[in-house]
Amino acid sequence: MKLTLKIWRQASSEAKGSMITYPIDGVDGDMSFLEMMDIVNEGLINKGEEPVEFDHDCREGICGACSMMINGQPHGPQRLTTTCQLHMRKFNDGDTITIEPWRAAGFPVIKDLIVDRSSFDRIQQAGAYVSVNTSGNTQDANSIPIEKAKADEAFHSATCIGCGACVAACKNASAMLFTSAKVSQYALLPQGEVEATDRVQNMVRQMDMEGFGNCTNTGACMIECPKGIKLENIARLNSEYLKANIS
Amino acid sequence: MKSLIKIRTGAISTETTEFDQAEKDTRARIEKLMNGAGTHSVDYYHKKLGLIMWEKCGMSRNEKDLRAAMDEIAELRADFWKNVRVPGTADTKNQELEKAGRVADFLELGELFAKDALDRNESCGGHFREEYQTEDGEALRDDVNYAYVSAWEYNENPRDAKLHKENLVFENVELKTRSYK
Repeated sequence: MKLTLKIWRQASSEAKGSMITYPIDGVDGDMSFLEMMDIVNEGLINKGEEPVEFDHDCREGICGACSMMINGQPHGPQRLTTTCQLHMRKFNDGDTITIEPWRAAGFPVIKDLIVDRSSFDRIQQAGAYVSVNTSGNTQDANSIPIEKAKADEAFHSATCIGCGACVAACKNASAMLFTSAKVSQYALLPQGEVEATDRVQNMVRQMDMEGFGNCTNTGACMIECPKGIKLENIARLNSEYLKANIS
Repeated sequence: MKSLIKIRTGAISTETTEFDQAEKDTRARIEKLMNGAGTHSVDYYHKKLGLIMWEKCGMSRNEKDLRAAMDEIAELRADFWKNVRVPGTADTKNQELEKAGRVADFLELGELFAKDALDRNESCGGHFREEYQTEDGEALRDDVNYAYVSAWEYNENPRDAKLHKENLVFENVELKTRSYK
């Protein structure tokens, strides 16, 4: 496969970036998108140029590190798939592919396609945990009975990998899907009830402080989320927030 | 909580000779990586090392191959430090430089892996030394001579790493051959 790549290059957070065109040949359909990027970089290094910096870690769709806006879609054209699990067979010989970083005030560009997502860490640190004294004996996992439907729903919310695709997809650069998933995974469980009020208030406050926009229920986040985190989480976040502020 | 606080390390001063030395060493190391002859990329060395490990220090290994692996890795490591190409500069984010630092570590650790495997004249755990097997091809452990964990003291040259043995003492169980037959 012969492709034309248009990639966002930006030397540092202060530098002015631009789209640069790179032709690439010999791309195999069985390559992952990141393997294709590795080949681009190998070629650039051998030519004495600087390679395109991009985030990646596990390359098996669970770490949430890879983050590329591919042809205007976070993680590219395939639903429920991270960039690392996207294969080049999804593209055709002769295609032009544009590759950009996540664009949001809450995610400043560090270099090329790498953005600073520590804002997500700070939202999590604001309350996405349950305080338990773990110095004693471990509790039996089944000592607190939980309805199957609720356990499943909480688990599904907890599958959010924090990649930031929801923010990148949103016209308001809202982090509501992410924050709501992290609130929901506790809101549905009895273990999460104790700190429910502080959790939702603190996390929403942090989310606002990080410069993310608000939700206008467009639903693009849910469509682009590689883990299929549902919009219902945002409704649950709103109800938790309301509950916390009137009680 | 009190007992936990007690064992916490306080703020560590950077105004020590040890800190200065560590900083100096790190800067020198980075500079050396940045100033390679620029023949091959970091990935080139990583893949070469991977192939040596796969072929000669894998799940099934023997003395001849392990010795060859040690020499090949030592040679590759020397070549890496002379000829690696790290693009860009050291004062910005530089993923190739980060990777070069890791591959430099792997090039030491790989040789140590082979050395450690050579030290153990037995087939133990998931690793099979071809010289040490039973008549029907099962792993043959040697609990008399090798019932210890190897802790290797760092040396720039992995083949000179110093072995510290941590003996495995079993008080309540008898060491036996694991068999699924």
